[in-house]
Amino acid sequence: MKSTLFNMTAVLFGITLISSAGVGVVNMITVEPIAAAKQAATTAALTEVLPAFDETTTEELTIDEMPIVVYTATKGGAVAGYAVQTMTKQGFSGVVRLMVGFTPEGEVVNVNVLEQSETPGLGTKMTEEGNPLLKSIQGQRLEDKQLVDGRLAVRKDGGDVDALTAATISSRAYVDAINRAWMAYKSVATGAAPADVASGASQTAQPAAAPADTEVTDAADNKEPEVQKGGQNE
Amino acid sequence: MEISYFAIIIGAIFVNNVVLAQFLGICPFLGVSSKVETSLGMGAAVTFVMALTAVVAWPIQTYILVPLGIEYMQTIVFILVIAALVQMVEIILKKVSPSLYQALGIFLPLITTNCAVLGVAILMIQKEFTLLQSVVYSVSTALGFALALVLFAGIRERLDFEEVPAAFRGVPIALITASILALAFLGFSGLV
Amino acid sequence: MNKLKIILSGIVKNNPTFVLVLGMCPTLGTTTSAANGMGMGLATTAVLIMSNLVISLIKNLIPDKVRIPAFIVVIASFVTIIQMLMEAFVPTLYASLGVFIPLIVVNCIILGRAEAFASKNSPFDSMLDGVGIGIGFTLSLTVIGAVREILGSGAIFGMNLGISNYMPLVFILAPGGFLTLGYLMVLFNKLVKK
Repeated sequence: MKSTLFNMTAVLFGITLISSAGVGVVNMITVEPIAAAKQAATTAALTEVLPAFDETTTEELTIDEMPIVVYTATKGGAVAGYAVQTMTKQGFSGVVRLMVGFTPEGEVVNVNVLEQSETPGLGTKMTEEGNPLLKSIQGQRLEDKQLVDGRLAVRKDGGDVDALTAATISSRAYVDAINRAWMAYKSVATGAAPADVASGASQTAQPAAAPADTEVTDAADNKEPEVQKGGQNE
Repeated sequence: MEISYFAIIIGAIFVNNVVLAQFLGICPFLGVSSKVETSLGMGAAVTFVMALTAVVAWPIQTYILVPLGIEYMQTIVFILVIAALVQMVEIILKKVSPSLYQALGIFLPLITTNCAVLGVAILMIQKEFTLLQSVVYSVSTALGFALALVLFAGIRERLDFEEVPAAFRGVPIALITASILALAFLGFSGLV
Repeated sequence: MNKLKIILSGIVKNNPTFVLVLGMCPTLGTTTSAANGMGMGLATTAVLIMSNLVISLIKNLIPDKVRIPAFIVVIASFVTIIQMLMEAFVPTLYASLGVFIPLIVVNCIILGRAEAFASKNSPFDSMLDGVGIGIGFTLSLTVIGAVREILGSGAIFGMNLGISNYMPLVFILAPGGFLTLGYLMVLFNKLVKK
């Protein structure tokens, strides 16, 4: 067909309009299944990282400007454990999201990798059962580990978490996310003030953020603890 | 807590090289890389478009798509942005700098379908970068693309003089060469 | 044209991966396992069939100068639709293919077939072409994925063969992708081109 300014604009506009409408309709159809699939994935992750439980309550926290969700699982009214949906941006190729389960006593039950895009065959080993990272912390209280400035660290950084072979960055990211989960767990389980993890492998040598630097609104009479970052974190 | 710019730059150019580690932009990598000179031209054109894409696509995502809750339109909007940008760059170059247009002109239409450009736009959103980080990331990725292209072209120019078995000629030998180059780049992993 | 011939030509004579050498990015990027390769192949096939059909239907309405942008909008819409459907119904596959799903838009196969076939042939033939090329692409990706999975992680379609500790991991990584594709192409050349 011959091109004139009018028919070019009209046709492009028309096609875009129809296409967008079509995509919009499919979005309306799929929005519920997508939400359901995500919900199912969360539930599956929860059952995998927690001891048996009846129901969960959720609390949303912000640590290092990242959203962290703590699920408090109860069985027959008593706390059965805590699951923390945590994340890090330190992964080899971006964001890594984990679900970490703690017993009420603070032992790590299990870790489920919700989302990662690490190198296949190297960093992706973090998703496998019995990988060195998981083995280093499973069934243990993180307080009892060899901590560096109060935080968990891989062996290369002076801690005692075994890293994945040839995937130091992914391992550090994993540990970073676990640290954030630990912080969130402590704040929910004990009511302590969650401090930023001041993460990053390169910063491990620096002193940790002093708790006094972190302003925390009173979490006691608030269902959703709101956390504000303090002025100085170095 | 943020990822340092240095890590983004080194990561995008060497460790996670867009062509040799992430498999984006393979078509121009195999198609245009037979001469060092043309590779440089293509690399420059891609760098230009990628930087512009980051500057335009990031605000669109952050201030239009997310507030309206239509993130699912991302793919369509981004590819239109890229197509429009390429067209615009072509028109402006033609008017402003005919000599540069002469040099880059033939590569520009190819960029729309270079998946590295769309890939980077989507990845920078996925990685939750800020605008400045996105631009740095795009430019470094493009530089990594140019580096891979030029290195590869250098090898292929020499390969022309070698006797290659018939079944290997053309694309297969290029792929095997690329494999060895990728192996060399694998050595960068663990650098950041 | 013989209907069956259209389909068959896409599988062997016009095999998108080994002969046309199109769509190399997803071919290399998603074939870390046989299942991933197959998933990518099927997703691309779905987009290819639909976009070929629609483009063939509207080919007479589109002015020449805006042909490519119009095609891209149609393709991008179908990709987005497939993307949403996959996220809803096969979330694990969706997660493992990652960024390569939206990148189907710039897969040269789809735009290439739209230009070379759908804009010249009847809607039904265009669909058949989509089916043929799609099957060819899916088969190629599955084969490459299977070879890399066996060599790299000692498994096939996720089934562990019990030899994973002895296999060179490099086949899952980028160099192995290039190498596998290169040698498979040599093999294909030897077998098909006499």
